[in-house]
Order: sequence, then structure tokens, then C-alpha cells
Amino acid sequence: MESPPQSVLLCRYGELFLKSGNRKRFESMLVNNVQAAIAGLPGARVENPHGRILVRVADADAEEAAARVGRVFGLVSLSVARVVAAEETAIGDAAVAATHAALERWPRARTGAPVPSPSFRVDANRADKSFPVPSMELGSRVGARVVAATGLRVDLHAADLHIGVEVTSRGAFVYAGTRAAPGGLPVGVSGRGLLLLSGGIDSPVAGWLAAKRGLALDAIYFHSPPFIGEKSKDKVLTLGRILARWGALRSVTVVPFTDAQKQLRDARAAELAVVLYRRMMMRIADEIADGLGAGALVTGENLGQVASQTVENLTAIEAASRHVILRPLVTYDKVETTDLARRIGTFETSILPFDDCCSLFVPRHPATKARAQDAEKVEADVDVDGLVAAAVAGAERIAVTS
Amino acid sequence: MVYLDNAASTRPAPEVLAATRAVEEAFFANPASAHGLGAAAARALEAARAEVASALGAETAEIVFTGGGTEANALGLLGAARAARGRHLVVSGLEHPAVARTAERLAAEGYELSVIAPTPAGVVRAADVVAAIRPDTAVVALMLVNNELGTLQPVAEVAQELAAAPARGPRRPHLHVDAVQAFGLLRVRPRALGADTLALSAHKVHGPKGVGALWVRAGARLEPLWDGGKQERGLRSGTENVPGCVGLGRAAALAVAAQDAGAPAQIERERDRLERECLAAVSALIPGARLTVTGAPRAPHIASLALPGFPAEPLLHALEARDVYASAGSACASRTRGPSAVLKAIGVDDRTAVLRFSLARTTTPDDVDAAVDALRAAVLEISPLVRIS
Repeated sequence: MESPPQSVLLCRYGELFLKSGNRKRFESMLVNNVQAAIAGLPGARVENPHGRILVRVADADAEEAAARVGRVFGLVSLSVARVVAAEETAIGDAAVAATHAALERWPRARTGAPVPSPSFRVDANRADKSFPVPSMELGSRVGARVVAATGLRVDLHAADLHIGVEVTSRGAFVYAGTRAAPGGLPVGVSGRGLLLLSGGIDSPVAGWLAAKRGLALDAIYFHSPPFIGEKSKDKVLTLGRILARWGALRSVTVVPFTDAQKQLRDARAAELAVVLYRRMMMRIADEIADGLGAGALVTGENLGQVASQTVENLTAIEAASRHVILRPLVTYDKVETTDLARRIGTFETSILPFDDCCSLFVPRHPATKARAQDAEKVEADVDVDGLVAAAVAGAERIAVTS
Repeated sequence: MVYLDNAASTRPAPEVLAATRAVEEAFFANPASAHGLGAAAARALEAARAEVASALGAETAEIVFTGGGTEANALGLLGAARAARGRHLVVSGLEHPAVARTAERLAAEGYELSVIAPTPAGVVRAADVVAAIRPDTAVVALMLVNNELGTLQPVAEVAQELAAAPARGPRRPHLHVDAVQAFGLLRVRPRALGADTLALSAHKVHGPKGVGALWVRAGARLEPLWDGGKQERGLRSGTENVPGCVGLGRAAALAVAAQDAGAPAQIERERDRLERECLAAVSALIPGARLTVTGAPRAPHIASLALPGFPAEPLLHALEARDVYASAGSACASRTRGPSAVLKAIGVDDRTAVLRFSLARTTTPDDVDAAVDALRAAVLEISPLVRIS
């Protein structure tokens, strides 16, 4: 007989989409995504009994599983429960141990702060009604054990720490505390998008936010060898792998961009260079998106962060694309984006000192009010279709996994 | 492949690879073990120590093996500062981050730090260094050869003035010398220089990475950086990297043999030709292209070209596309890359790329020809794209 896993992650998802007509589809997508997150952990498996998601996992893998499942969009929170015999003493022991563990993790205001002493409550329920102690009574008995062991104070109305006991026919789940999950919608429910990924701080964050709204992503990266080195490409692939940890990204398509940049740069419209480059990126991204079945483009563009990011320029850039362009960061302050990049885990990689093509051959004083027709005038002297076709032909798609 | 980034790292000599491999296979025992296998490893280690000592004209007892040049510098600077009473440090403004940032760490721990500004020629003046010394100066740190410019620093002059000057405190300050870029290419004689500690690295002289040495003058006061099994006379605890140390020993002996055979003069000749021909090749497209520093004595292997108005990183990659490997920096923080403190300190303009070719005894005249051709082509390729506003 298989030895029973010792822990279970109790995953909670938002009420929001449960009420919508899409519930079934959303839920099965979420289960799939949780399944993908725990792939490779021996013996870990997902169960989906009546409207909730449980992950059974060996005790030793529980923390790793919780970290991974804690990155699944669509989940709001999770608790890591020990599975013990459905028997009062064992439940009490597990509750005391879980409380001690929660106190270890409890945030300390600053060094030298006294030992944390959150208030708590116990929520007990019996799915297995053959358990001899009624739920209310079980809760107060377990609470008494925790008070005796830790001296913590009970507060039924505004508890800092929730201790949970669920008695089932296959053992009792006991946990103390919940951990936040990112919320949002399960990746995939909103279809597929193509993220324009550079080596900077913004575009990975934009991708993360789009994925949080249920968009499954591939990425496109514009590479300009020989002016941009291999390390810049490696850096983008590292960013891609970090997004893949969130279940957000499937692949990065590396597109050669040198010729396009050279020809547009040669077109003697220096102040338009940024807009011309980006219009060309949009056209190439359109083609790549078609091949990947992506219905939207996602960029890290912002309003006013750099001089060239004006409504006029965004309009001129957008005019070159056939797809809807999603700009999750359009209204973000740099500081908000940076904070999010730290949380996502991309910040340290994004600030590595390797240039990307966006820093190459750009004018000191770019146009701030470009018009599509000005750009079109310059593009008339350039073989736009040929450049797009050559870039697409030279594209290399690289699968990314966490 | 034309590899001209030897100041960053060198290709290990075949003899070094053979020696380290043989040690990995045969002398894997712990040199501290009491059995015969341990003794064999210890003998290999001591033979390597003798080779390093011989290359420095020093005693074997003066060589402490370390985990590389940075560690050797840390032991020399931190170790001497912590062993001294004084709480003042004098450091040149040209030091490698291994020394400069270590000095900053000491400053954060409460030491006072005097940083000696270099001249535009890329040297610090001995008189400026000596003038900064106070009765409570614990350590003076000065590099022998600057890694970005190749300029020789007046270490012996500083040491002489320190020795000649009437004692300003209870003890003369400790003189730590970073010789990482000098060792192997120049005849380095730490005792004659007047150093108290001197740091070197194996991988800059065709040896393996992860191993270096600190020469420590007998009687110099040094605190170890950490404690443990008291290897290396208690100054560097931790089981010795025997294959690495043997590799360093071999590399040192080979470097001495190459010096005796006239390698430095040959390197210098090719370096001078490289500089001349590179400047001739680019001067039409880059007005103001010049040597980054002139007027100071230099080590033979580093060519540093200043290219006004040119972006450093694209140039480097354009050379790489032609199979020529160099390195580049600038005094400004570009969008993503931090500035070079050294280039800033000697007053290189913000919009100037500094291209460094660094040669080795493995560099051939054909390599130099190929590098000149590649630079000409790379500049030709990039210059229409950078001529902006």
C-alpha cells in the first residue's frame, strides 16, 4: 500500500468568478494550472472535490509545493495542513505544532521586538459526522490546548491567526494561518497574448499583470547582433524563466532586428527613430502572434515615463499593428512598477548591465508628437514588408520552463 | 579567434592544464592528512609554493595561497588594517574594486579613508600618497599596474619615502600592493619594492581560476579573515586547493621562463604597433581618437584607446562578430551599465568609449593585424548609425 502523503494544501479561490457563467471552465483551467505548478514533486497530486482544490503532498515537499502553488493566478490564499489521525489528541498535538510553526513565521516589527503574540481562533468542522465530538466543542477543546501550550489569547471576532481543523473520513487536516496567493484569473481563461519582452524592468511586469488577468503568454524579444551581446539575450531568457515560474509564459521568440534598425536609422529621420523601431516591432509581432495563436500584444509601455512615451507617439505606434495592444503599466509610476518587479522576482535580473536594442541608436532628442503619416513617409523609402518577412524568417522560438 | 582580453583572463597554458589534471588524479588526498597520500599532496603543494616564491625572488615561507586575487587583496588590506592600531587608510584612486570596495567596507566600519586622486596620465603621485600619511595611518594600498590603463604606479618611490621619512607614528604604515596585473609580465620583487604584502592571481598569467597568492613579508602583522584548520600559517584556513596551487606554480615558472626569453619586450612591440595602427585606422571616422593615457610608464600588455562620441558596448559586440575579443568601458553610466570609477577619476569625457585590448605572450603579429582590420570594419559599420543629433 502506498504510504499516505502527510500534508495537504487547502487552496481557496475567489468568489468572483464562481458566480459567473464560466465557472466550470475557469475551475478546470485552475486545476490544470495547479497541476502544472506541482509537476515534478514526487507523489504530489491535485484533488478537486466539490468546489475546492486540495493538493496532497509528502510532508517534506509541502513548503516547496506551497511556494509553487502560491504563484498560481486565480488562487486567493492557501493553507498548509498536516494530515493526522481523526482523533482528538492527535488533532490537538498537530494544532499546537502548527501554531508554533506559524509563530516562527510571524512577521516581527523590527529586530529586538518581543516574541509575537497574535490572538487566535479555531474553526473546526466535521465532514465526517461519525466523529464523536461536535464541531463547536472540538474547536474549543483544541483552542484550550493551544492556550495551554502557547499562552496566546483567543479572539473569536478579530483573530490574527486562524487555526483550522477539518475532520474527514480519511483523517483530519490541521493548519494554522493562511498564505496569500496572487488572485486574479487562471492563466488561459482570457486566451493567449504575445508579450514584447526586453531586458528592462517594465515589460516582465506588464506580462505578469496580463497573465494575472488570465492571459496565457508567449514572448517576443528583438535582438540586434552584433551590437547587442549574447548576455543580453541570456538575460531575457532568464526573465522568461521567472515569468514561467508564475505559469505566465510558454516561450520566447528571438527575432533578429539589426537590419530593420539599420535601415530605419539610415532613413535620415533621427528624431523619429524610436517610433519607427517600435512600429516595425509591432508589425513583426503581428506576424509572430498569428503563428502562435495570440490575439493581443502586451507591452510595458507607459505614459510619460520617458520623453517618447506620449499619447501621440503611442497612437502612431499602435497604427502599425493589427492587434489590440494591452499596456498594463500605462498609468503606473516607476516606483510602483519597481516594487512589483521585486515581488515577481524579475528586478535583480532586469538591472543587470546589458544593453537591449531599445538603448541602441536612439536620438538624444526623440520626437514627442510623431504622427503616423510622418512615419509612413519615411517608411515609404524602406522595404517594410521585406524587413518584416526577413525578421520572421530568422526568428528562433525557445521554450521556457521554470 | 583573436583573444585580446588577457587582462580579464588568460587561456591556461597546456603545461598548467596537464599539471593540474595530474594532481587531481594522483594527489587528491588532504595535504594535512598524516598518511603517505597526504604527504604526497603536501609535497606537491610545497613544490608549488617554491615555484611562486622563486618567481618573486622570495622565501617559500612568505607565500600564502588564497582563493584568487580578490581574496589575496582582502587578506592584505583587511588583514593588515585589523591587525594595526591606527584607524586611517590611504588608497589610490585607481585601485581595482577588490581593493577600493574593501577600503570602503573598512570606512563603513569606522576607518578614515584618504583616496589619492590620479593625474590625467593615469598615475598617482608618490608625493601625494606620502603627504596623506598620518601618525594613525594603518595601511597604504597601491597597485603596481592599473588594470584598465596599464599604467605603472610609483610603489617603490612611495616605499622609499615612507622608509626615509622620520616616523610619524609608533609604527610605519603597512604597504599593501596589488600586483595582479603585473605578476608574470614584469619582474616583481616585493622585498625590493618595499611592500609588506603583495597580491597576485593565477588566471591572469595562464594559470587556473580560483587561486592566487599573497606574499607576506616576514614580521608583517596580519589578521586572518576567518578561522578554521590553521592552514597557510593560520592566515588562510581551509584545505588548500592543491591542483590550483600547483597550476599557479607552473604558471609562475612558465612566466619567468617567458620573461627570460624576452616575451615582455615582444608584447610591448606588438602592443605599440596595435595602438598605432588602430588609431590610424579609425582616426578618419572618429575625430579625436587617441590613447586614453600618455606620458606615464606602462606595463607592456595593455592598449587603451579613447574613442569620443562612440558607444562602447555595440563596438565590443561588433568586434566579437569578427571573432575579436576585447573589453570596453566608459566614464558615464549608460542606460544600463555603471561607469568606470577609474576613467571618471582621470577625467575621461562622458561620451567617450574606452576600448581595451590586452595582450599576452600567446599574442601573435597576425592577431594584431586581425584586430586592426576588425576595428576598422566595426567602426565603419557603426559610425553611420551613431552620428545622431
